[in-house]
Amino acid sequence: MKTFGGKVLFLDRADINTDEIIPAKYLTENSKEALKPHMLEDLKLEGFDPNAPAVKESRVVVARSNFGCGSSREHAPWVFEVNDINVVVASSFARIFRQNMFNCGMLAIELSDKNIDELFVYKGSDASISIDFDNDKLTVTSGKGCRTFSYHIAEFDKALVKEDGWVGFADARY
Amino acid sequence: MAMTLAEKIFSSHLREEPFPGAKVLNIDVVLCHEITTPIAINDLVARGKDRVFDTSKIKVVIDHVTPSKDTKTATQAKILRDWARRHNIKDFFDIGRNGVCHAIFPEKGFIRPGYTVIMGDSHTCTHGAFGAFAAGVGTTDLEVGILKGVCSFRQPETIRVNINGTMPEAVSAKDIILKVIKTLTVNGATDCVIEFRGNIVSAMSMEGRMTLCNMAIEAGGTSGVCMPDEITVDYLWPFISSGYKDKAAALDDFKKWRSDEGCNYKKIIDIDVTNMEPQVTVGYKPDQVKDVSELEGTPVDQVYIGSCTNGRIGDLREAAAYLKGKTIAPAVRGIVSPATPDVFKQADSEGIIKIFMDSGFCVTNPTCGACLGMSNGVLAPEEVCASTTNRNFNGRMGKGGMVHLMSPAVAAVTAVEGKIADPRKFRKEKI
Repeated sequence: MKTFGGKVLFLDRADINTDEIIPAKYLTENSKEALKPHMLEDLKLEGFDPNAPAVKESRVVVARSNFGCGSSREHAPWVFEVNDINVVVASSFARIFRQNMFNCGMLAIELSDKNIDELFVYKGSDASISIDFDNDKLTVTSGKGCRTFSYHIAEFDKALVKEDGWVGFADARY
Repeated sequence: MAMTLAEKIFSSHLREEPFPGAKVLNIDVVLCHEITTPIAINDLVARGKDRVFDTSKIKVVIDHVTPSKDTKTATQAKILRDWARRHNIKDFFDIGRNGVCHAIFPEKGFIRPGYTVIMGDSHTCTHGAFGAFAAGVGTTDLEVGILKGVCSFRQPETIRVNINGTMPEAVSAKDIILKVIKTLTVNGATDCVIEFRGNIVSAMSMEGRMTLCNMAIEAGGTSGVCMPDEITVDYLWPFISSGYKDKAAALDDFKKWRSDEGCNYKKIIDIDVTNMEPQVTVGYKPDQVKDVSELEGTPVDQVYIGSCTNGRIGDLREAAAYLKGKTIAPAVRGIVSPATPDVFKQADSEGIIKIFMDSGFCVTNPTCGACLGMSNGVLAPEEVCASTTNRNFNGRMGKGGMVHLMSPAVAAVTAVEGKIADPRKFRKEKI
């Protein structure tokens, strides 16, 4: 199983698409590692600098609804993975991106709009998130204090994370 | 129990439900292209599992970057080509015979009513036009599909969209689907199948139905679907005639997949097209849609006609009818990509290629290249493209560029004017 948690990258926008996460021109790479410098390169978000040190140090992404919409490219979870981001927290996900995350043994955690608002309170405060995978709990901590949220992940998705992805799961079973 | 088309396909293809709500389906066709498949192939090789579940159920094309433009894309093509050869995959379409995946695979008769179809490409939902469940997936799902012939899904609910009325002049399937996306919003159909019904869809060609289903993903939908009918049978007849005594028998067989009376829909939406204007997107999300009259006069730098949404022969005919005898505005770059070699040849035989070239359009080979700014037709920052494609995302056709999505008719008159124009104000010639 992968390790989850660490510094948070807050992306205060809905409908962040996979073209923004990793532009199509990099889909000609045949290794995941080659994607690394290009994470969120085309993100349309005021004041966002994809090359800022804080972005590179992040381990968890927090965003609004419909995260990962658009192209099916698994390069989107991969570019997060090679940048050591194994968790995305959002109020909803596009189906293919969500499945790709779990298929790679990564976490796509849905929280209510209200909980996401409450998480965004920690934006700009050097926040970290820790994940209690067995108990489905997420804790955000910063100088502002800390707060724990419960979440729900489908049993199947949880099994994929435990087995580090769908290929291993399917190969053993089918 | 009354079931939707999608529910029928799920229950007939269910391999198992390893956990509540997780449906592992047997897959009838696994489609592959050179952008998302090579990493799956490399991973299978690295795991010592370089096998395919069924050679005859895997269909392969090189379409995103063709001809290859550099060493990296040539390598992607080579990985796919070598793999197809060593597994003796017969349905492999390489340069000279290749076309945009969601145009060439249906053209070859690979998609049938009741099928499950996956591909590492989000516009796989196109194939639901045949009454199939067709879903875009990531590379890991594709890899498991190739190896085991299965894929997991949550059971989708179905949203029924009734499209009725009388088709106005210069309005097409593209305008309708833009209106549907505007109505549903970009995530209104997440984890849902969008079922297109109504008298307009019943009368629509398979090409039009493919245009509708193609953009189901832009509302978040897992698959678009249309009910298989006489038009489906006619389209598929060259490929299925040996299996049925006549077309009526084929239709009888296909009918079993249609949604039952009284089946359960998550939501039903009614759209009357009678007074609809041609539709055009504005901004960076495909649900940001306006009537063409609101955007008339917006200057453009490039006009692109092609893609899995609108690169088929009917689309080219429609555009050419507005371009015949005209030249495009001097400041506009016009690019048209017939979606497949057969589309190209047909357009050539009808004089359509000449109409495009005489008007000042560049005609490229069949490829996805421009739609995602990958191998041709890339925009410079601040440039604007009027495009018959499916995504207007920030940077989609080139960093800093802006894309307005529209029908082939609107794109053609926009090329002539050099700014977004309303085809209802232009004469449509016979071609």
